[in-house]
Amino acid sequence: MAAITALAQRSETATALIDGVLHGNRLLLARTITQVENQTAQASDLLHALYPHSGRAHIIGVTGAPGTGKSTLVTALARCYRQAGMTVGIVAIDPTSPFTGGALLGDRVRMRALAGDAGVFMRSMATRGSLGGLSKTTGDVVTVLDAAGFDRILVETVGVGQAEVEIASTAHTTLVVEAPGLGDEVQAIKAGILEIADVLVINKADRPGVDATLRALQMMLQIEGESTRLVRHHGQLLRVESPAAAGAEEQRWQVTVMKTVAAESTGVEELRAQVERHREWLVASGEMAVREQLRIANTLENIIRAELNRRILSRMPDGRMNEMVDAIRRRETDPYRAAADLLHLL
Amino acid sequence: MSERKIRVLVAKPGLDGHDRGAKVVARSLRDAGFEVIYTGIRQTPQMIAEAALQEDVDVVGLSILSGAHMTLCPKVVELLRAQGQENVVVLVGGIVPDDDIEKLRAAGITGIFGPGTSTQEIVDFIHNQVQVAA
Repeated sequence: MAAITALAQRSETATALIDGVLHGNRLLLARTITQVENQTAQASDLLHALYPHSGRAHIIGVTGAPGTGKSTLVTALARCYRQAGMTVGIVAIDPTSPFTGGALLGDRVRMRALAGDAGVFMRSMATRGSLGGLSKTTGDVVTVLDAAGFDRILVETVGVGQAEVEIASTAHTTLVVEAPGLGDEVQAIKAGILEIADVLVINKADRPGVDATLRALQMMLQIEGESTRLVRHHGQLLRVESPAAAGAEEQRWQVTVMKTVAAESTGVEELRAQVERHREWLVASGEMAVREQLRIANTLENIIRAELNRRILSRMPDGRMNEMVDAIRRRETDPYRAAADLLHLL
Repeated sequence: MSERKIRVLVAKPGLDGHDRGAKVVARSLRDAGFEVIYTGIRQTPQMIAEAALQEDVDVVGLSILSGAHMTLCPKVVELLRAQGQENVVVLVGGIVPDDDIEKLRAAGITGIFGPGTSTQEIVDFIHNQVQVAA
């Protein structure tokens, strides 16, 4: 009985959900997010209606290795924003088990300081098979929170390694969080995650080894050096020499390394100020438009890719895939040839 | 394309800090394919209800060993209902004296699991209670 009514109650009309999101109804906001995350039949109508109301929030990505203190930093940063009178939406992502499809989402454990504050809305998401540090629908959930009117949206990625850089095409400002003692100078100059930082944060800066980490990161920044800007080139983020910035020193964005002890809120207000400086710079330099362009192009491309995937796989003749897998295993063909043959069937 | 997952909030209301049971259950529910939101210890009923709302969960599992279940658990149900989450299934795991079981049921707690319950029982119970819309 309870279960039957559960189904009945959950089928709020799209109009009711949209109205709820736009008028601060937290229950309907939560239910809208569920629809969007589950990509239900209603989801595209909801996003269609909410999209025009989005585009006002500043989106801040927080990424870094597991255990660097991302959740604690997000909590401390959210509190600073609340003290500054701004409302905050939070999306925190944890991994889905590749074996069972289940997930343990534990970011709330560190976020209890935000409990009871109506100016904060926090949602946990599982990756559900995505590998880039976010989940497939994270961007859509951010759109919903944006339309709901939150001033700042903090997106915490899963604990990442070196190459999960998807957050850079979702956020306006990306914070890469490090902690002392995690790696040497060579780690710092490898490609990937450090390159996407607008601000580098050494959290747990009361721990030993902080100076070595600081030196390594600063050295990396010096090597990277000259002013760059992001462009998108065949699905890659590309840093190029920014012509506007070439002559004007004050136009360049300087990636800085900041030290925080998030558990004690040390350095977090300074970090918040730096994020706001970055936001102002994005607007003043015209880089905001570039990033929005990048973000939207990325979203569009992902939607098309997912839909093409679905269409192609749904038209694949039953059993042909398995036959091909067997043939490849027997070394009668190879994966590239087999893929070409299968696609040819369509 | 639609991908519906059962979402379960696991929380420890009250002041006792023994969260091993809650963690074991959370882990088992994860292994059963649920998305488990783990909130940790020393949660007030208000914090639990608020988290359940923001996370739009289907199930709230309360772990309680302190003996305060008669005050804390019905309060969680009451808050959930008051905020419009009529259909969230509320479970209690831990030590509940026999005399209190019916009282908790009357207060809207559907599942009560004492020491010795297998985690599979809890998983089956959730599957039975929460029908997943296609």
